[in-house]
Amino acid sequence: MSPSSSIAAEPGAVPAPDEHHEHHPSYLVDGTTVKSWLLTLDHKRIGVMYLIWVLLFFLIGGIYALIVRLELLTPGPTIIDAMTYNRAFTMHGVVMIFLFMIPAIPGAFGNFMLPLMLGAKDVAFPKLNLMSLYLLLSGAVIAIWGMINGGMDTGWTFYTPYSTHTTTTVAPILFGAFIIGFSSIATGLNFIVTTHTMRAPGITWFKMPLFVWAMYATACIQVLATPVLGLVLLLVVGENIFHFGIFDPARGGDPVLFQHLFWFYSHPAVYIMVLPAFGVMSEVVATYSRKNIFGYRAVAFSSLGIAFVGFFAWGHHMFVSGQSTFNAGVFAVLTMLVGVFTAIKVFNWVGTVYKGAVDFKTPFAYFCGFLYFTVFGGMTGVAFATASLDVPWHDTYFVVAHFHFIMVGATIMAFMAALHYWFPKMFGKTYHEGWGLVSAALIILGFNATFIPQFLLGNAGMPRRYYEYPERFQTLNVASTAGASLLAFGFIIAAVYLTYALVYGERASANPWHSRGYEWLTESPPPTHNFVGPQPTYTEEPHFYVEPEKAEVPDAV
Amino acid sequence: MNELLNNILFLPEQASTFAERVDNLHYFVVGVTMLMSFAVGTAAVFFFFRYRRRSPTQTTEYVVPSVKTEFLFVSLPLLFFLTWFVIGFRDFVFVSTPPKDAMDVYVMGKQWMWKFSYPEGPNGVNVLHVPANRPVRLLITSRDVIHSFFVPSFRIKMDAVPGRYTQTWFEATKPGTYQILCTEYCGLSHSKMLGEVVVLAPEEWDAWVKEQRKGSLQNRQDALADLSLVPQPARMAEQGQKVAAEVGCFKCHTVNGEPHIGPTFLGLYGKQETLQDGMSLRVDEAYITQSMMDPGAHLTSGFPNVMPTFQGKLTGPQTAAIVEYIKTLRTPDIRTGASSQGPVYEPIQ
Ligand code: HEM
Ligand SMILES: [Cu+2]
Repeated sequence: MSPSSSIAAEPGAVPAPDEHHEHHPSYLVDGTTVKSWLLTLDHKRIGVMYLIWVLLFFLIGGIYALIVRLELLTPGPTIIDAMTYNRAFTMHGVVMIFLFMIPAIPGAFGNFMLPLMLGAKDVAFPKLNLMSLYLLLSGAVIAIWGMINGGMDTGWTFYTPYSTHTTTTVAPILFGAFIIGFSSIATGLNFIVTTHTMRAPGITWFKMPLFVWAMYATACIQVLATPVLGLVLLLVVGENIFHFGIFDPARGGDPVLFQHLFWFYSHPAVYIMVLPAFGVMSEVVATYSRKNIFGYRAVAFSSLGIAFVGFFAWGHHMFVSGQSTFNAGVFAVLTMLVGVFTAIKVFNWVGTVYKGAVDFKTPFAYFCGFLYFTVFGGMTGVAFATASLDVPWHDTYFVVAHFHFIMVGATIMAFMAALHYWFPKMFGKTYHEGWGLVSAALIILGFNATFIPQFLLGNAGMPRRYYEYPERFQTLNVASTAGASLLAFGFIIAAVYLTYALVYGERASANPWHSRGYEWLTESPPPTHNFVGPQPTYTEEPHFYVEPEKAEVPDAV
Repeated sequence: MNELLNNILFLPEQASTFAERVDNLHYFVVGVTMLMSFAVGTAAVFFFFRYRRRSPTQTTEYVVPSVKTEFLFVSLPLLFFLTWFVIGFRDFVFVSTPPKDAMDVYVMGKQWMWKFSYPEGPNGVNVLHVPANRPVRLLITSRDVIHSFFVPSFRIKMDAVPGRYTQTWFEATKPGTYQILCTEYCGLSHSKMLGEVVVLAPEEWDAWVKEQRKGSLQNRQDALADLSLVPQPARMAEQGQKVAAEVGCFKCHTVNGEPHIGPTFLGLYGKQETLQDGMSLRVDEAYITQSMMDPGAHLTSGFPNVMPTFQGKLTGPQTAAIVEYIKTLRTPDIRTGASSQGPVYEPIQ
């Protein structure tokens, strides 16, 4: 189609390569030297580099996870000693959270798609964008150096005074996380400015794709909350090396102060991880149902709502730390509000399928898994916020199962969905649909098999971070480990057919899903400057699948 | 029904008054969660089939929810969540507020064991003896890092935080032995920090207490011939008095009611104290501990800020002993030695 036509004019139109095509090579081949990749300022190449790195970090974190799960196969020592085990679950958490879940979707897909969805040629600050990638990598290098030279055994929550007393090497790993924090802030800043200043003519705030809304809300949290984490991590390093005495009661400090500061970041941080997932899913469900999002504004505003109340819910991690009963009540109610905002999204996603035209492709399979994990994980979150139930559940396997369901489950589903949904756009190739569905089914099944036993373990009273456990917990632990193997198997299959598709896959058309998301208005893979010729015009909201003659839009809520 | 649900959900047996309350809410919450997931799931599956795509470029209607629909989306979950909150918070207040007639036990976490001491004398490591059907308040602290005291069968848990006291309570409903686990990661042997609560029937409890008394009295060099006639001051309190003298509390505090450089200890515990900033608070274990560790935090009106900190100078047991000693200066019957077992505290507000 000619770049100037609006979306509604040609239902399901697939842009054809125009006559200038030869002069506008795709971003993938525009420069093939190593330097042209490593020093690129192109948001798409930076996105692809992020993707490669976060996949590597996911692999490292996954190996740690399997070590932990294998160790828990028997009540006593199984494959490693207690100290190694304590380091392994710590590194599993640190790598997965700081190196995979926080940067994954914003870094890889946010970078790639945000400018395309806004009709922009790049992000607002391309050099800052490149820098944030290298900040992430240098933080990772420092942290991994620390892991090899001593390791750390505090858990990813670094609770003081344990973390200020432990003999393991806390400093490099926390310093690595501190630097990674800067990367997160830089990415967030870039996205905020890009969204404010680089929207193409016609893309008003309420015509932005919901993925952009989600990235915007995420970016606000990143910029506001991450500095608090940076500060508190530096203070812990100071305690650990110089014995400041801020958090150590033996020196007059307050250990609970650490928990307040830590959760003030880390509770919003769980929304840094999960809001991008919500954004991806809004795109996926619209495309595969060929429907406009039911309640677009409700979904958009609930992202901001979650970002906002997310800042006032941190106290629910401390119901049994001796805080006052009154505080517990206040935090409990505020936490419920997060649940309500999430519920709005869930209902509107299901509403989107209503009267749609559903094409059950791999990303849609992940959407189904996502819906289930979000409802179930979110409801267990609200159950936690019900203060009296938190008392027995706190710091047991129930917590582990809860946050893996909502945070990991939702994020992984969205990450895999995004990978499959945007694969043709990013690499110009198609993958094997059948294998996609098989691996999605295995991953969703494996996830359930891993974590449902953990909910029950938590009910039975097994505390988290246990190297050895009383024998009565064994059956459920074996079930969980078996589930983890299934999960790993699902990921291996995906790795194989996607790698195969990269090399041998068929060429993808510009818009293989017949989507009317804005990012599909250019070729696959896009040229270096995103659009050939004049910018497309945007007269309809994204995902507007109405027949042109019926395109009288009733007032949206 | 209760038993069935307990088994399906892998819950441990219910051995305290709080356990039943928590579990009833648990069933309700799990039930609603299942129902909601089922409803959402069924709706989704129905839509997937009902609205299959018929041609690759099929168009759809523009459907937007009415205000009423969106209102329903918000109010339905909110209604449920608030119901849970109300019930849950009431139960939480219940477990956070020990009854006045509860018996006190001090609990100290330490890498990697639990130590228990009773104001009346006996100490124990990793085994806590309590009577059935009688409320027991735990005053919990830690000597090194944060631990967390968890008894699954009682459904109670409370962090043990170094440098401060936290409290929780329970009333065990049936004699038996119940496991204690540590639920806050505390280092190498975190998973071996186990203990047990031994709940005794009332007669057994009395016998056990007598047995303990005998032991502690026999060790006393000044034990007199007829033990039953000698009023025995609480042992912990007695130690507290000694420690207080050693570290110099009495240089500034009197025990006879006269104010000196600092406020008197007599009648201090449980009193409503007016502070320099005009606020007032009730003197409890937490306040006394804080006054020792961080004297400037809440200054009593009319006294200068001259007290040194005892942070790092007093161990956990010493602090507890001093607190216990100050408590005896309030309860008249304990001071006269008539009984050392009655209620000796007011709940922390
Ligand atoms: C939306 C995505 C969510 C994510 C990513 C998430 C993540 C987490 C994580 C990582 C933890 C464990 C922290 C730790 O102890 O290490 C946690 C605990 C908790 N979450 Fe969530 N959560 C989410 C949703 C919710 C919701 C919707 C609620 C309630 C409305 C909730 C309530 C809680 C509570 C109360 C705890 C504390 C449990 C305890 O440690 O006792 N969460 N969550
Ligand atoms: Cu412990």
